[in-house]
Amino acid sequence: MNLRSLFGGQLLPDFARGIHPPQNKSLTRELPIETLPLPEVVAIPLLQHAGAPAECAVRPRQQVELSEIIGRRVAGGLSANIHASVTGTVQALTAVPLPNGRRSQAIPIKPAASEDGSHANVSIAEELFGGDWPEDEIAAAQPIDILNAVSEAGIVGMGGAAFPTDVKLRTTPERPVETLLVNGCECEPFLTSDDRLMREFPAAIVTGARLARKACGAKRVILAIESNKPEAADALRAAAENCPDFEVRVVNTKYPMGGERQLIPAVFQREVPTGGLPLDLGIAVFNVATAAAVAGAVLRGHAMTHRVVTVTGGGVRSPKNLLVPIGTSFQTVIDFCGGLAADARRVLAGGPMMGFTVTDLSAPVTKGTGGITVLSAAEIDEAEQTACIRCGRCIDGCPLGLAPTRIAHAAKVGDLVLAQKNHLAACCECGCCAYECPARIPLVQYIRAGKVELARSQTESRSG
Amino acid sequence: MTSSPDTNDRPALAAATAPHLMDAGSTTRRMMGDVLLALLPVVAASVWLFRGDAVRVVLLCVAVAFATEAVVCRMRNRLLTLNDGSVLITAILLAMSLPPQLPTFAVCLGTFVAVALGKQAFGGLGHNLFNPAMVGRAFLMACFPSAMTQWTLPATSDVPQAVDAVSAATPLAAAKFSYEFTDLGPLLTGNVAGSLGETSAVAIVLGGLWLLLRRAGDWRLTVGMLAGASIGAIAELVLRGGESSFGWLSHLTSGGMLLGAFFIATDPVTTPLSKRGRWCFGVFVGAVVMVIRLFAGYPEGVMFAVLLGNAVTPLINQWTMPTPVGGPVKPHAPEAEGRHE
Repeated sequence: MNLRSLFGGQLLPDFARGIHPPQNKSLTRELPIETLPLPEVVAIPLLQHAGAPAECAVRPRQQVELSEIIGRRVAGGLSANIHASVTGTVQALTAVPLPNGRRSQAIPIKPAASEDGSHANVSIAEELFGGDWPEDEIAAAQPIDILNAVSEAGIVGMGGAAFPTDVKLRTTPERPVETLLVNGCECEPFLTSDDRLMREFPAAIVTGARLARKACGAKRVILAIESNKPEAADALRAAAENCPDFEVRVVNTKYPMGGERQLIPAVFQREVPTGGLPLDLGIAVFNVATAAAVAGAVLRGHAMTHRVVTVTGGGVRSPKNLLVPIGTSFQTVIDFCGGLAADARRVLAGGPMMGFTVTDLSAPVTKGTGGITVLSAAEIDEAEQTACIRCGRCIDGCPLGLAPTRIAHAAKVGDLVLAQKNHLAACCECGCCAYECPARIPLVQYIRAGKVELARSQTESRSG
Repeated sequence: MTSSPDTNDRPALAAATAPHLMDAGSTTRRMMGDVLLALLPVVAASVWLFRGDAVRVVLLCVAVAFATEAVVCRMRNRLLTLNDGSVLITAILLAMSLPPQLPTFAVCLGTFVAVALGKQAFGGLGHNLFNPAMVGRAFLMACFPSAMTQWTLPATSDVPQAVDAVSAATPLAAAKFSYEFTDLGPLLTGNVAGSLGETSAVAIVLGGLWLLLRRAGDWRLTVGMLAGASIGAIAELVLRGGESSFGWLSHLTSGGMLLGAFFIATDPVTTPLSKRGRWCFGVFVGAVVMVIRLFAGYPEGVMFAVLLGNAVTPLINQWTMPTPVGGPVKPHAPEAEGRHE
């Protein structure tokens, strides 16, 4: 039921339930993408993707060029190549904390000063995403070449999960991809990196999506975008004007519209089976930034070396949308944005709904880091936790139709059977339940702990 | 520009789990506060109608409820939960559901039972199966059946009565036992005999709308209960051919129906979790009220109906849980990869 439809409002594609958190995007949505000046050092983790870490392919003191391969994906398994994001000298291997709290080996590179002594690389955004994308080159690209280019360039999903993109594109005749769904929703509050990319470089996104469509054999491309980004929708429509297989569709602004299990029902009125993949419905989902990276990889030979990061929140002095070399530390990025404000309390990799707190600012920006949100004391909720008052708001808000209070309670007391009966594994941890909870129960935390416990008990039962 | 992780004047950064954004308008304390605000017009109407009696009962209930909560929390070695407002709500709801001239010791005993047995014995806030105020009232109904059915006319009544308040029949009892039907006017203003807070329809709806607008209670429970009762009332009208009947609007505005629909049935703790479940609960309770009013020995049945509804709430929950989008988890299904991609 949608009240707006009763009052003559436009009824946009939507999914059931979900929440409307304050968007806070005005901090950065009108700020054009700036390029971060070359940092003094970058530390490029070998694990930035779902799957196994890449293997180091360089030695200390070796000179590397921008876009040169420095980590090779492990053969046979899920993995991705890693490339130098600056031209410079490799330093001794170190370990860095990853934004998600894990640790990874990383290759530090000290950038070489360019000939005139400056660290200029201002044209990099233009080089990666700008300019013309000749139609004859798009037409000439063969599916197998596109796949190889994407695979070589180490492209992974830039929406957060960092799943290797070539794996998604490699389809079999038994499980064909009918539709390529390009995700420009960016439903996380505060974040505007995808919005800016769509507004400033729509041609790169359209080109990348068309190349990916070709590679996986899909019949059409649908680009879904939330209704709070009308400029981006217009820019993309204009860029895709002469592409018969490319459609821009505006969807309702609601969290978590950007989750594929919400976006697919909204656009196609079909549900992704629990435990299954969009591929089961013949759909492949791509983030807009991933699509832009595909274009650069296939037509210009650029590896995944940079990404647009929104640096935002009340805890950072001057919020920005920044094009950052992969491996740049959070500290460097935040310092360029004026540094932390005195009342900064939490630094998040990502947005406030699903982002991870980062306490060690030496953590590097990775391929999956779409934003650095710094929350000030005023932006953090201080309401005290009470007992569950069984109001059911978590159920009313859950976009997956689960009963978070029941899962969380079962997980809390260690009853995995009951937690599974309430569909523990189906939870996508979007945080709608905890956002709504008046008792401030850390529902997602309990559910996550329950999943860890479940995985442990399953490995034990398999080995024992 | 520095890449060193240790800057001396850096603010302390905390670790926490997502989400880092919460609905500031949704806290337990605020919900309780909204219920109390919503109760203000009801309490004001009861004081205006019943004067000293209302003041006496409300103060007694609040004092005994606080004392009981404090003592039991101490006994259970739990943090004092006086500040969350829930005990105050129980006290005021119980007071509003009692006859004006109930003896002091009965008021105290009922309040004690409501808080100690109705709420704390189950584990305190959020754990009770039954609406605590209704538990207290049911206990009094069992112990003091005659005192609990002694009614007086409000002080504002222009019906002549002796200085010592003379007992009067509630509109429902009058209709049931002596076929006397009260006009709608007094039912709206509350100028009739009845429990302290149940008589004034205008005050209840005024406060109740605030409660619903602030989402302190789910409107589905209120609408469901009134719909369930309406079905019963209209069925009666039809069956009796429209003759000698109390009428649909009179049923909705008399007795504890409105107080129940807006304030008692909207207690989140003792009602179902899902929207569908709350619809079922509301309609069920409304229908049971009408069954009691029309067929049972009692003229009124809101208390029994709510308690019965509370009792079947776990069952309703079992039946009305939403189905997961994409179907239930298949055993040993591999967990899906990729969330935002």
